[in-house]
Amino acid sequence: MDSLAAPQDRLVEQLLSPRTQAQRRLKDIDKQYVGFATLPNQVHRKSVKKGFDFTLMVAGESGLGKSTLVHSLFLTDLYKDRKLLNAEERISQTVEILKHTVDIEEKGVKLKLTIVDTPGFGDAVNNSECWKPITDYVDQQFEQYFRDESGLNRKNIQDNRVHCCLYFISPFGHGLRPVDVGFMKAVHEKVNIVPLIAKADCLVPCEVRKLKERIREEIDKFGIHVYQFPECDSDEDEDFKQQDRELKESAPFAVIGSNTVVEAKGQRVRGRLYPWGIVEVENQAHCDFVKLRNMLIRTHMHDLKDVTCDVHYENYRAHCIQQMTSKLTQDSRMESPIPILPLPTPDAETEKLIRMKDEELRRMQEMLQKMKQQIQDQ
Amino acid sequence: MSKGLPETRTDAAMSELVPEPRPKPVVPMKPVSINANLLGYIGIDTIIEQMRKKTMKTGFDFNIMVVGQSGLGKSTLVNTLFKSQVSRKSSSWNREEKIPKTVEIKAVGHVIEEGGVKMKLTVIDTPGFGDQINNENCWEPIEKYINEQYEKFLKEEVNIARKKRIPDTRVHCCLYFISPTGHSLRPLDLEFMKHLSKVVNIIPVIAKADTMTLEEKSEFKQRVRKELEVHGIEFYPQKEFDEDLEDKTENDKIRQESMPFAVVGSDKEYQVNGKRVLGRKTPWGIIEVENLHHCEFALLRDFVIRTHLQDLKEVTHNIHYETYRAKRLNDNGGLPPVSVDTEGSHDSNP
Repeated sequence: MDSLAAPQDRLVEQLLSPRTQAQRRLKDIDKQYVGFATLPNQVHRKSVKKGFDFTLMVAGESGLGKSTLVHSLFLTDLYKDRKLLNAEERISQTVEILKHTVDIEEKGVKLKLTIVDTPGFGDAVNNSECWKPITDYVDQQFEQYFRDESGLNRKNIQDNRVHCCLYFISPFGHGLRPVDVGFMKAVHEKVNIVPLIAKADCLVPCEVRKLKERIREEIDKFGIHVYQFPECDSDEDEDFKQQDRELKESAPFAVIGSNTVVEAKGQRVRGRLYPWGIVEVENQAHCDFVKLRNMLIRTHMHDLKDVTCDVHYENYRAHCIQQMTSKLTQDSRMESPIPILPLPTPDAETEKLIRMKDEELRRMQEMLQKMKQQIQDQ
Repeated sequence: MSKGLPETRTDAAMSELVPEPRPKPVVPMKPVSINANLLGYIGIDTIIEQMRKKTMKTGFDFNIMVVGQSGLGKSTLVNTLFKSQVSRKSSSWNREEKIPKTVEIKAVGHVIEEGGVKMKLTVIDTPGFGDQINNENCWEPIEKYINEQYEKFLKEEVNIARKKRIPDTRVHCCLYFISPTGHSLRPLDLEFMKHLSKVVNIIPVIAKADTMTLEEKSEFKQRVRKELEVHGIEFYPQKEFDEDLEDKTENDKIRQESMPFAVVGSDKEYQVNGKRVLGRKTPWGIIEVENLHHCEFALLRDFVIRTHLQDLKEVTHNIHYETYRAKRLNDNGGLPPVSVDTEGSHDSNP
């Protein structure tokens, strides 16, 4: 009996986190514990096998260093064969949506990264509604996921929903431009927006501070909902809380990207070489690139996906279903493949119908009463 | 002192602060060699000194317009150029002032004095240009303003009782600020320059050039120059107005190598190597505005102020204004008949 139990015990030991192991050793009650403390690690192993996916959208005027930043973040060059258009070609250019997918692996964890690029945004002379192709794309991805979810075979749903949108704000302005406000307001209920100040190496530290303040004020003023970092739990240690506070205070991040590695103080660093000095991308005193990378990849990637699923997608889904049911009450003969949810508040048309039916019922009841009376009198 | 006949034109170009009030002739003047052997010193060359004295008394006007998206450092650059607070920076606007919905034209005048010479400088700002979502035809208010100044001058000129010195509000120079994207010109830049290079002297300038490394800067400049050439945009100094070979070689060098100038502006001073210099202090170094290794501000300043200031005024007067005038008189709006040779021997812009 004991020889059978031993290998399983060892497996359980492996699955337990160090904290639980320590606790067990302290309490010495291994005969009495149930063992579901291993669940997180079971989930972990399964997910690592399955791999993760993440869709990141980058938006902003051309020339703000978007592709350079993506290159610096993920250390892969997705834009080798890109052809830059000259100004004349761009006059009649509409906003395109380009997807690049790359599979990255690190320490056994696989990530399928999709970058959605939006060339042409904000470049034309007349940029009215230039964000429409982008909102259409985001809605399309939601629609496709909605259909797949309601379909018969739900095993291998491809999740192409956009989890995060990095929006590049030009450092040359005095805050948000009208195009920036227009875009963010069109998209903030559909996607997590992380605003960034691009090409931050053209600003001195006090200018960065002023610009960040100004942008934060304007985001409040225009009622734009950017991605909020979740509050950290009260039982986290002080270091973590301090980091979290710093993160929240530095938003929007002022970033610099670089495709080149230069020599600085005897070390090879990723940076930009100017006649007056070297800007190091990974130096926290120079820019917020490290904060962005940590936030996006190392700490908040999963939260971004969660918020997309739980908030933005649910909003879309509720809106979609409401639209469908209101269409159905107008045309009641149509059979719906999806079960109709009862509407929380009936809209004006159905209320009118209900009232009319009530009136009819009352009239008929009155007539019945009269007839009954007549029969009784007879 | 026995001297040969001096080349008055060349001398005038060499000296920095002596403007030539009379318009330059279109046909290049060759030194007259009829009376080559003078018997003594006449004193013709003192005319330069006489002109200098007169100019010092009257002073002169210079009107410069700055055009570009908000935040590109236009006001800072003008303040740096003229080393005084002649332009109110939009970063010091109070919070309630928003980006104007249409392009406004704001002209502010100052009198600057240096070495006894008074200059009445007018800086014309164009807030709201290129800042809206829909920027179609946002250059129209600017073109209208420029033509209005020509109209004002024309009206004064055709008056019977003319003023002794007609106040000159015509725009002599328009600095157009290109955003340093590192890719190429934006469609709005092209549209503006296409429309306005025919009515005013445009000097394209790459703003906030501390965003680009040296290679990026030279690549960007090459691409911008090529695009301007492909679209036939003649920026100042225009090729067709080069008067002689000397002008041509000097201007060719500027056109093909230095322009558009990549500039950085600043009104703050820092200590570098024991000297106080204008610059920008970043965590990775100090950018010196007047250091030619860092940016081309010094080239722009010398170009606009120290060598081509008078030429800018002359091209405005002799060419742009004359084009406007010829067109106006041809259309003959309600002006009294003036016996002017409307066919004119001046080259007008195509």
